[in-house]
Amino acid sequence: MKVTFPHMGNQYVGTKVLLEELGVDIIIPPKCSKDTLNTGVKYSPESICLPLKVNIGNYIESINMGADTIAITGSCGPCRFGYYSVLQKELLKEAGYDIDVILLDPPQGDYKLFFERIFKLTGTKNPYRIIKALKKAYNVLKAVDDLEDMTYYKRPREKVKGSVDKYYDTFHKDVRMVYGYKAVSKLIQETKERILSVEEDPNRDVIKIGIVGEIYTIIEPFVSLDIEKKLGNLGVEIDKSLKVSRWLNEHLFMHPLGLSTEKETWESAEPYLKTMVGGHARETIGYAVRFAKSNFDGIIQVYPLGCMPEIVAQSILPTVEKDYNIPYLCLIVDEMTGEAGYMTRLEAFVDLLRRRKETFKGEKLLSGY
Amino acid sequence: MAIKVGIPRGLWFYDYYPLWKTFYEYLGAEVVLSRPTNKQILDMGVKNTVDEACLPVKVFHGHVIDLKDKVDYIFVPKIMSVYEKEYICPKFCGLPEMVFHSIKDLPQLIDVEINFNKSRKNLEETIYKFGYYITRDKEKIKKAYEKALENYSNYKMKLRNGYLPIDGKFVDFNNKLDKNIRSRIAIVGHTYNMYDSYTSMNLFNKLKKDKVDITVPEMIDFEIINKYANELEKKMFWSFGRKLLGSSMYFAQVQNVDGIIYISSFGCGIDSIIQDLFERNARKQGKIPFLLLTIDEHSGEAGINTRIEAFLDMIEWRKRNEGNLSAHG
Ligand code: SF4
Ligand code: SF4
Repeated sequence: MKVTFPHMGNQYVGTKVLLEELGVDIIIPPKCSKDTLNTGVKYSPESICLPLKVNIGNYIESINMGADTIAITGSCGPCRFGYYSVLQKELLKEAGYDIDVILLDPPQGDYKLFFERIFKLTGTKNPYRIIKALKKAYNVLKAVDDLEDMTYYKRPREKVKGSVDKYYDTFHKDVRMVYGYKAVSKLIQETKERILSVEEDPNRDVIKIGIVGEIYTIIEPFVSLDIEKKLGNLGVEIDKSLKVSRWLNEHLFMHPLGLSTEKETWESAEPYLKTMVGGHARETIGYAVRFAKSNFDGIIQVYPLGCMPEIVAQSILPTVEKDYNIPYLCLIVDEMTGEAGYMTRLEAFVDLLRRRKETFKGEKLLSGY
Repeated sequence: MAIKVGIPRGLWFYDYYPLWKTFYEYLGAEVVLSRPTNKQILDMGVKNTVDEACLPVKVFHGHVIDLKDKVDYIFVPKIMSVYEKEYICPKFCGLPEMVFHSIKDLPQLIDVEINFNKSRKNLEETIYKFGYYITRDKEKIKKAYEKALENYSNYKMKLRNGYLPIDGKFVDFNNKLDKNIRSRIAIVGHTYNMYDSYTSMNLFNKLKKDKVDITVPEMIDFEIINKYANELEKKMFWSFGRKLLGSSMYFAQVQNVDGIIYISSFGCGIDSIIQDLFERNARKQGKIPFLLLTIDEHSGEAGINTRIEAFLDMIEWRKRNEGNLSAHG
């Protein structure tokens, strides 16, 4: 059995550790690329959301590398993601790929089936082994999140453009080559030290933008057209509403409730959006408010065309923009999104924020504060 | 003067309005419906919603605007879930918020949450909350709900028997006994796409005039729909989607219609999946003629008419040919 799985940003590092620790043979899909997307688009219904299309591309590229089993996580509504697994299976079958699919949907009462699938995937019935591997995977994801956070801070400040990404891109190449928890952790640590040592320009006037939106789009750099790099190079420090370790929490530990940061986010969203509506609309609103409160200079929402929960959020965000007097930009991506137009909109937004900041500073000076 | 409650003629309207109309009227309110969809309502809706929203959500916003200066309350419940472990659509979940943040100077919204995803235990409490806008008299609210339910099941019965609520008014589509019937077509889609004659471009009346016998998911026994929907590998967790998929699968399998028209709105996330699964399923079952009509605010009636005509011609041609074949076989 050679197992593969869909890409979503750094998630593969955690999944790799999880499965390798359990001795499962894996194939990591190649980094998402235009080819991946084109393949996905070819075999997917046109009106389905973008993440599914990229996923299909990932599977097919992995199959071509020898994968024979796909592990897919899921949910039970209210959004389309809950039905991805079934649809993907059908799509692959129709494309002529005879492949085993292991669905890891939340159990909804049927624990027996759920554990059978886990056992099948992991090749062990020893729950302690599985839990141990999960813990390691979680630690790795946390560490990768931290690493990524560091790039958000460093990129806009690096003295020599491209220094951070030199190390960060190398990490992503190398991590495919090492095996297991220890080696991966070591590599993360080394990369961290390298990035930490990147020299900063103390005179940079860095502004801060909070990124919110659909989870897959904001976590997978390919889909958001490397928004973190683009903004970083424009001298913007960013933070994101959703991180990949959160994804593991939601999908493998399956306790999306009760985390303390969650509570704060939901409470921030509550005056605008009272309940969850599917996807991560509530996090989009909640984090927009939290970013505004922590003095970010602007908010960017990114989502794939047609994304239902984010359309709900988009209807509400202008009110947040007004209430907190913070500029907001909405970017919608699909397979037709062009690099140039996207970049122009980012640049214009960043310019706007800089001018605003200048005026604001000027006013402060005049008023004597 | 009686309190005026406005009910927008969009989204869940065709599924639930008799229930809520009776409910509020029994409580002594005056119920005002928005006008049937027209150009002006559509335009106002389009102007006051984010571009990315689907047509039905835009139309719904138009209806809210149509009501907003005429009533004391507008009924925009937060419909999370009407059956256990099911939802309708993320946009239904966030509808009151979308409306509230998109339209200025609104009267108060009746935006009580309906959520039976976990269980129906909170039904009574939910009903009271809806009633409190008019009265604190719990007994009366309970009575009103009983009355409402009664009326609601009569309504469903009428639909089952072929009286369809075109723009909210019953039109008799029960013409099975008509000798001149050309063909029998199932129309499948979200009720607000089908029964709103403005957005459906008058599809039903057109087909009726064309001597087509129409059948719809609303005419099929719920048990049957569920039976077919249960054949899916994973529970279809969208209540409306489940109804649409279950009934399409039923039509395709028992072949009691000559063809199926699926009417969907551009940008509908639910339809993107339902329609795809159905097409796949239908292909496996052997061909049943299938026409997908996707509507948006730019759809032209002429184009749609041509496609429908071509579809009906194809079906007739098929029927004639099949007839010939069996005559020779
Ligand atoms: S949240 Fe958006 S992208 Fe994800 S399944 Fe739903 S519609 Fe698709
Ligand atoms: S089900 Fe489709 S058409 Fe209806 S509100 Fe949701 S996305 Fe729009």
